[in-house]
Amino acid sequence: MRFAVTVFPGSNCDHDCEYVIRDVMGQQVEMVWHKETDLRNPDCVVVPGGFSYGDYLRTGAIARFSPVMKSVADFAAKGGLVIGICNGFQILCEAGLLPGVLIRNKSLQFICKNIYIKVEQTDTPFTNACKPGQVLKIPIAHGEGNYFIDPEGLKKITGNGQVVVRYCDEKGNVTPQANPNGSLDGIAGVCNLRRNVFGLMPHPDRSGEDVLGSHDGQYIWKSILGAKVGAA
Amino acid sequence: MVWHVSVYVTLKPSVQDPQGATVQRALNQMGYQSVQGVRMGKFTELEFDGKLSEAEVKKQADEICDKLLANPNIESYRFTMEKK
Repeated sequence: MRFAVTVFPGSNCDHDCEYVIRDVMGQQVEMVWHKETDLRNPDCVVVPGGFSYGDYLRTGAIARFSPVMKSVADFAAKGGLVIGICNGFQILCEAGLLPGVLIRNKSLQFICKNIYIKVEQTDTPFTNACKPGQVLKIPIAHGEGNYFIDPEGLKKITGNGQVVVRYCDEKGNVTPQANPNGSLDGIAGVCNLRRNVFGLMPHPDRSGEDVLGSHDGQYIWKSILGAKVGAA
Repeated sequence: MVWHVSVYVTLKPSVQDPQGATVQRALNQMGYQSVQGVRMGKFTELEFDGKLSEAEVKKQADEICDKLLANPNIESYRFTMEKK
């Protein structure tokens, strides 16, 4: 499978993504600078984590206007698979490719630690290798991961099964205590209505091998490899 | 002459504001017990070519706020204009 990883000024997980895709999962990967518009015919686009444009104004707000994002939006409109991780999730929300927005953590603290997420939807190209309700141990590293959407939007995404993963405890209980950042309903990741665009705050790119503390991120990558490309 | 546009971006009332809540707690601890609410926002100064008409500056400032300076999901904006 061919992956394209977008690179913005301030991206810092682009190489984590490159490494897990190429060296751990054994797939092809192209790095695409934000000023480029040619994604080089990928099967899946990865918008990586980091601090694009220094998080100026709002996280992801400026990156969404980079030339490459027009190509990513066109690719998504054709049914191409797009996954945004951490800052990538923030960018996809700002670009309107995903519903909602990520605001400042409730604690105001930057949180960097392993957490658990519960897979609520397995009929997506990004979670099809998971069992319903499966708990994944994956790290987060963010200051603005507090998912927010208006009540009407929340009703919509919940009803449509677009809430793909929620923060939970080790046993899979979604509780306020297990919610690290104040996200509405413990939402850690959502997909679009068509289910070909997915964003999440936790880092499957930093959890592909046991030496990193968990290999659970592989479930996300394996799901993508098992997805029918372009069949959204 | 230059158009000076002062843009205020504020969080919508329905959106939690952890920063504002923290500042409020600090103020209360400092003894300002009567402070009952704090909401943090952003202030931006834009300068436009003074040759533009007032209507054109307003149109462009609206566009700029809608597209970039404010996220309609969580924020609202207002601005004042002055030519000097």
